[in-house]
Amino acid sequence: MLKLNVNGKLHQVDVEPEMPLLWVLRDHLGLLGAKYGCGVALCGACTVHVDGAPVRSCVVPASAAVGKAVVTIEGLGGSGLHPLQAAWIEHEVPQCGYCQTGMIMSAAALLTEKPRPTDAEIDRAMTNLCRCGTYTRVREAIHAVAAKAAKKAQG
Amino acid sequence: MRSSQDYVRKAGAAARVMLVNAAAARWKVPASECTVERGVITHGPSRRTLRYGEVAAEAARLQPPQDVALRDPKDWKIAGKPVHRFDIPDKVMGKPVFGVDVVLPGMLHASIAQCPVFGGTLKSLDAGAAEKMRGVKKVVRETDFVAVVADSWWRADQALQKLKIEWDAGANGNVSSESITAMLREGLAAPNLPQARKVGAEYSSPYLNHATMEPQTCTAWLKPEGFLEVWTSTQNGEASMATAAETAGLPLEKVEVHKMMLGGGFGRRGGPQDFVRQGVRIAMAMPGKPVKMMWSREEDMQHGFYRPASIVQLKAGLDARGNLIAMHTRIACPSILKVLMPQALGNGGIDFTAVRTLSDMPYAIPNQQVDYAMRNGHVPVGFWRAPGQQNAFYRECFIDELAVAAGRDPLEYRLAMLKPSDKNRLVLEAAAKAASWGGSLAPGVHRGLAVVDGFGSFAAMVAEVSVSAKGEVKVQRIVVAIDSGHVVNPDTCRAQAEGNVIYGLGSILYQENNVKNGRIVESNFHDFRLPQMAEMPKVETVLVPTGGFWGGHGEPAILPLTPAVCNAIFAATGKRIRSLPLRHHDLRGA
Repeated sequence: MLKLNVNGKLHQVDVEPEMPLLWVLRDHLGLLGAKYGCGVALCGACTVHVDGAPVRSCVVPASAAVGKAVVTIEGLGGSGLHPLQAAWIEHEVPQCGYCQTGMIMSAAALLTEKPRPTDAEIDRAMTNLCRCGTYTRVREAIHAVAAKAAKKAQG
Repeated sequence: MRSSQDYVRKAGAAARVMLVNAAAARWKVPASECTVERGVITHGPSRRTLRYGEVAAEAARLQPPQDVALRDPKDWKIAGKPVHRFDIPDKVMGKPVFGVDVVLPGMLHASIAQCPVFGGTLKSLDAGAAEKMRGVKKVVRETDFVAVVADSWWRADQALQKLKIEWDAGANGNVSSESITAMLREGLAAPNLPQARKVGAEYSSPYLNHATMEPQTCTAWLKPEGFLEVWTSTQNGEASMATAAETAGLPLEKVEVHKMMLGGGFGRRGGPQDFVRQGVRIAMAMPGKPVKMMWSREEDMQHGFYRPASIVQLKAGLDARGNLIAMHTRIACPSILKVLMPQALGNGGIDFTAVRTLSDMPYAIPNQQVDYAMRNGHVPVGFWRAPGQQNAFYRECFIDELAVAAGRDPLEYRLAMLKPSDKNRLVLEAAAKAASWGGSLAPGVHRGLAVVDGFGSFAAMVAEVSVSAKGEVKVQRIVVAIDSGHVVNPDTCRAQAEGNVIYGLGSILYQENNVKNGRIVESNFHDFRLPQMAEMPKVETVLVPTGGFWGGHGEPAILPLTPAVCNAIFAATGKRIRSLPLRHHDLRGA
């Protein structure tokens, strides 16, 4: 039995400690927002937060998340929308949508770390793969959220 | 949109007439005295109103009108303006149910291993260790694949790795990229051209996987009463249904297919329904239990329906001014139609997807001959975004070679061969103007252009590219002009252009599928790279709709991309790119 804190809720799951976190989330906890894309941490479709850091859950053993706070797309905005999710809607970012939850989780971690990221910082942090071609809009939406937060901070 | 707009608009207009007639009948007034605005019917003289919903039941009992007038495009209220898509709010919250997200009561999961050599079969299987692993319910043996069914996908996949499988590769076990190239070459005999001045070149392209972000998946449930239910990510529900029924040996009325949200299609999930056949076979081995099968990325990379590899030889005859007066094109290319839709092959056996863009050039060339050698190997081929688009690369780069040979500007050279009324000309001029063709550029940046029509639309592109001293290519800016006749949602058109650019850029820079010992060499995104955010160029889409026809937006922008970029590389380096991907070319010292 592993005890996992996911989106603020404690779960007990009867899984092998080496089962990747992605498959615990998807097949044992029914949280389907994180996606499988490659299984080897190349695409980022499975990105979730563990203690605030973005991780590729397809290669993180579930045991490594014990005692830590896991946040998935389902828990990112609490009861509402995270500002990035709102910006994603405003900028019409998703096409097929499959990689977008991972993309948003990566972007959220980036903004926590760097509230006003430069283009180069976005390039370095956002290595998630998208096959439909949303990159331009992902960048726009991140900048928009960062600018709005900066404006708010200035009062 | 292109294929459904006509009947959908007619149905909407007919429904509108029936709703108005129903309201007029209730009020006992002539329908001609009624108007409609935003779903509310108003009787002009009495100012009475009714909402559509209030008369829907009565309207449904009326006879649909035979001929309905469609609204003139100039009176459109929604089409032509950007509107927010309905699917996006759910997508940013992870709510849409993709094929891989299907959950059913008591559902099991399956991971699959197919014979790595196309056409091969299962020789022997030792499942002893796998069958004892945690959560494993069954090992399914089929002639061309094996699957492990377990209580979670990871457990199924772990057990799959423990299977000792021996495949019989059959006759294809020795096929390689080299032997495939030799097979294509057999189709190319040396052509002769009588002109005094000849320019010739040979171009080629590799096989390419679609690499949809969501791997192929199918959930199937063979119910005790002999009813089959299927949930799958498909671009062609009818084909999924036909495949499911045929595989299970059931009549169509005993099969139901649920089309799930799909994580990318690009043509992979349309014609070929291999994943449905497998999902249903697995369900038949587990009667009464729903089983969700999902391919690993490795299976997906190695069992695609690839963009055909092809070799094309182009020979041109130029007159004294360098005008193109004769052209002989020989195409060696597998046939997609032969594999997926043999009934669509024309009488002459010419596959239009193999010859398009080369056999139907808009340029005024007095003498043309196009020869097609169908060379089908054992690698399955399919419709990869804008099928036949490799021909656009060959044609538009070769035209550039001719312009250079003639000592003329590539834009002027093309315009001189396009009739004034040709829409190719219109988009070419629009793209050239928006990109300031001929104007100055930042140091180290060079331009290339191309124009190609297809999928009902016309697209021209100017690419701005820099090549570093180390030979690294960076596409800085893309300007694309598109005439699709009508434009419905301009923002979605722009999104499609951006998508076409990045989809095509991967094939220009990195991607290829090689064959060794009968199987695909590449296995995941480390050796079949997709471009990342940092590589996304600035894309400027210029929509120049001229009305009167319904062209597509899912494909056109990818057509001129490869030649525009490669022509810009020539401008930057003097090196002519005639094969892809670029990583095989040494562009250093430019």
